[in-house]
Amino acid sequence: MTQAALPQSTVRKSWWRRNQIAITPYLFLAPGVLFFAVYVIIPIFQSFGISLQDWDGLGQPTYVGLENYRELGNDPAFYTSLKNNVWWLLLYLLAIPAGLGIALFLNQTVTGIRIYKSLFFFPFVISQVVVGLVFTWFYDPAFGLLNVMLGWFGAGPINVLGDPRYVTFGIILAGLWPQTAYCMILYLTGLNAVNPEQIEAGRLDNAKGWRMLWHIVLPQLKPATFIAFVVTIIGALRSFDLISIMTQGGPFGSSRVLSFYMFEVALSEYGFRMGYGAAIAVVLFLIMLCFIAYFLFSMYREERR
Amino acid sequence: MFPTPIEKQPRAAQLTYQAFLPLALLLWLLPLIAVMIFSIKPGADFGNANYWGWPSSFEGFTNYGKVFLESQMPRYLLNSVLITVPTVIGCIALSAMTGFALGIYRFRANLWIFFMFVAGNFVPFQILMVPVRDLTLDLGLYNTKTGLVLFHIAFQTGFCTLFMRNFIRQLPFELIEAARVEGVAEWRIFWFVVLPLMKPALAALSVLVFTFIWNDYFWAVVLTQGAESQPVTAGITSFNAQYRAAYHLMSAGSIVAALPPVAMFFLMQKHFIAGLTLGAVK
Repeated sequence: MTQAALPQSTVRKSWWRRNQIAITPYLFLAPGVLFFAVYVIIPIFQSFGISLQDWDGLGQPTYVGLENYRELGNDPAFYTSLKNNVWWLLLYLLAIPAGLGIALFLNQTVTGIRIYKSLFFFPFVISQVVVGLVFTWFYDPAFGLLNVMLGWFGAGPINVLGDPRYVTFGIILAGLWPQTAYCMILYLTGLNAVNPEQIEAGRLDNAKGWRMLWHIVLPQLKPATFIAFVVTIIGALRSFDLISIMTQGGPFGSSRVLSFYMFEVALSEYGFRMGYGAAIAVVLFLIMLCFIAYFLFSMYREERR
Repeated sequence: MFPTPIEKQPRAAQLTYQAFLPLALLLWLLPLIAVMIFSIKPGADFGNANYWGWPSSFEGFTNYGKVFLESQMPRYLLNSVLITVPTVIGCIALSAMTGFALGIYRFRANLWIFFMFVAGNFVPFQILMVPVRDLTLDLGLYNTKTGLVLFHIAFQTGFCTLFMRNFIRQLPFELIEAARVEGVAEWRIFWFVVLPLMKPALAALSVLVFTFIWNDYFWAVVLTQGAESQPVTAGITSFNAQYRAAYHLMSAGSIVAALPPVAMFFLMQKHFIAGLTLGAVK
């Protein structure tokens, strides 16, 4: 193994040997960076460019300046989507305490607990398309389990997905199901690593229940909480599959979010308005950018330490 | 351990816990269990509004048989496999290299390139949609599996690089120094020293990427159209359009579509969770 790398007395080889450590990383990075640049980084900038154009995706694009953004400002569908995005962001965060709750409930050592943990995690592994279908049937006004159960308490049938008042919350609940499972697994792993000595010390100081959780356990779960926060925010802003499957943005566009509205504008119903779609995508991207900047800043601080 | 282990609590609490556990699970998986029950019922039950009663006959085999033999489902499943497997191989290969470069070497742009991968991994898909669709059209790869695979490889490389780089950082650096003192070429250090130590990371990422790609819906809709290239997540919607209101078949189809990642998860549970919870523990 070592044989091949021994210097052979040509000049070129020795130049390579001298500079090997400086050059190798770039060679290793080249294919990955190239792919990532072509498919991810450059398209971000291209989208900014397209958002300044009027383009149907086929013919010649015409430059229209900020016209698309001006139109967005007067588009009620845009505001509906934005409002729903805020709901998604806020309510999706419930996955974090819910996940912690289930993790605490399951953090025991009774027989068969491992199977229980796996089965509780189950919803996360299933594709959102199937989760969407499952919940569409769960909410169905004619036969859905939800209304069967409401019937036991004498409550009338609710058409969750057909009612503009409830529809977004119904979809968010479906999204919370897998997301809670994800947060649960993060916290279960975190709880595994909690320092038992500190817990014992806390017990000696008579800390119990909530106080123990708040002052001793949660601080140690901080890395898990950070990741749960990151994945939940991203999940909330990426919500597309569930809306597309469950309601197609309806009824009357009341369950749209930016990601779905953008798709609608650019690739379906309204014809191919690529420029207008790109403008919506840019707004969504700028919202996300606030969070990305915060995540990167936190990671940067960790790296410096 | 927190909360207090149940063994140390009174017998009554233990029994309550043991009884509550299956009940909680049942509630948690209720929507899914409902679909499983649907999938073994005969179609006639839905006509008679016998939704939740006892199935009038057990038709599991008929329903699943129909899904496999009389629909495009096997085709979609095959497409999913042909999209998922090359993606996994491609992005694991690329990110093992980028992770190695960013984890081992110190050079000026290191942290910036790393952050580029991490940031790119977080962007909303919609900002990429129009240009990527355009690029795929220009390459003549629209509505092909290759077009989808190329994009997935590129995008997943972001996440995988983050994972690989952090994993490599935890390896003992002395190993690499020792190899360098021996005069081992850098690419040999990658192949013979680092790569064998990365097996757990490779396994974890393979399972994770498999699940992510199998479950992808958005890009399948954006970059493909017909049964010849669509994966099962997109195919299930056409399947459902074909069997509108045939709830027993739609349920069976959904279960078939969801099954491969589930099987993957149960077979490779340890790796799967190690991948997902990377960084959740200090």
